[in-house]
Amino acid sequence: MIKGLALLAACFLLGMWCGALLGTWLGIDANVGGVGFAMAFLLLSKEYVTSKGWWNGEVAFGLDFWNKLYIPIVIAMAASLNVKSAVSAGLLALLAGTLPVLLAFGVVKILLKQVNPEK
Amino acid sequence: MKELEIILDKNGLIVAFLFVGILTWATDVFSKKALNGRIPGSALAIGLALVLGYLGGVFAEGEQGLADLSYFKGLSILGGSMFRDFAIVATATGASFLLIRKSGMLGLVSLVLGIGLFFGFGVALGWMMGYRDAISLCTIGAGACTYIVGPVTGGAIGASSEVIALSIGTGVVKTIAVTILTPVLAKWIGLNSPGAAMAYGGIMGTSSGVAAGLAATDPTLVPYGAVTATFYTGLGCLICPSLFYLILSTLLG
Repeated sequence: MIKGLALLAACFLLGMWCGALLGTWLGIDANVGGVGFAMAFLLLSKEYVTSKGWWNGEVAFGLDFWNKLYIPIVIAMAASLNVKSAVSAGLLALLAGTLPVLLAFGVVKILLKQVNPEK
Repeated sequence: MKELEIILDKNGLIVAFLFVGILTWATDVFSKKALNGRIPGSALAIGLALVLGYLGGVFAEGEQGLADLSYFKGLSILGGSMFRDFAIVATATGASFLLIRKSGMLGLVSLVLGIGLFFGFGVALGWMMGYRDAISLCTIGAGACTYIVGPVTGGAIGASSEVIALSIGTGVVKTIAVTILTPVLAKWIGLNSPGAAMAYGGIMGTSSGVAAGLAATDPTLVPYGAVTATFYTGLGCLICPSLFYLILSTLLG
């Protein structure tokens, strides 16, 4: 179990490091795509570990546990968001936070139609 | 009772596990028994958590929703960015590298489209509400992207603290709007494949909103939405205070 968890931790830290380096290289104070890099590392190392025949239920369990913990984490995150200040931030924040989102859903729909016209 | 209070206070993260577990169990039962599974339990739990977060903010007058009440402070650890990002990375084990590569171009297009759309709409609304200077408009537009892009942009170009606070508020409203609307509109926009989730993640951009919205819609799509959304904030922090600010200040003379 701990081997899988350690593999996940290694990929996570490596990916975050890449994101931070990319941010510094671009001259901005933000992590650029750290999670994305970490996911790529995890997918690649999973392929490698599988090809070596080291992938087994125990290793997978360490990863699967966190995979499944994901929704509970999102619930905890929702409960610790600053909902009150969002509601009381005023009309402009409410409009600028919701109207573009509605429009964006429409854009996603159109974009997906363009890509998959057969559907 | 005093002993119990000390235990609860000392073991915040464990209390958070218990709290989320009870909430999940209750919403699952409610979803199955009362709604025949029409609204997934996780969507109800996330919605209810938002309501509790609001109540927490009202009673504790802090900035972290329910986590401002001392017994629930562990929620800000469990729901903080470290665990959130770690668990999102773990969801990648269920993703296919080939599918991500196949939709890479679509993801890139949607990222650029998404940032431009939210920035432009934010600026237009700021203009209608009476803001006329490039610095404030640019910060409000950046806040419409995410609640991180807003303050980073405002700080870089020297916006006033009220405008920066407004941009953070806008970004938080966006996160909540995406969380609530995604499960409702998923079918209508055709959000049912890995490629679609990547385009959706790129356009919406807010990692928390995309993550929570997809979790409530179809958990197998989470890694695909997250993989593009993770680039959104970084890209926004890059082009809002530079390219977009230059365009705005040129347009406004």
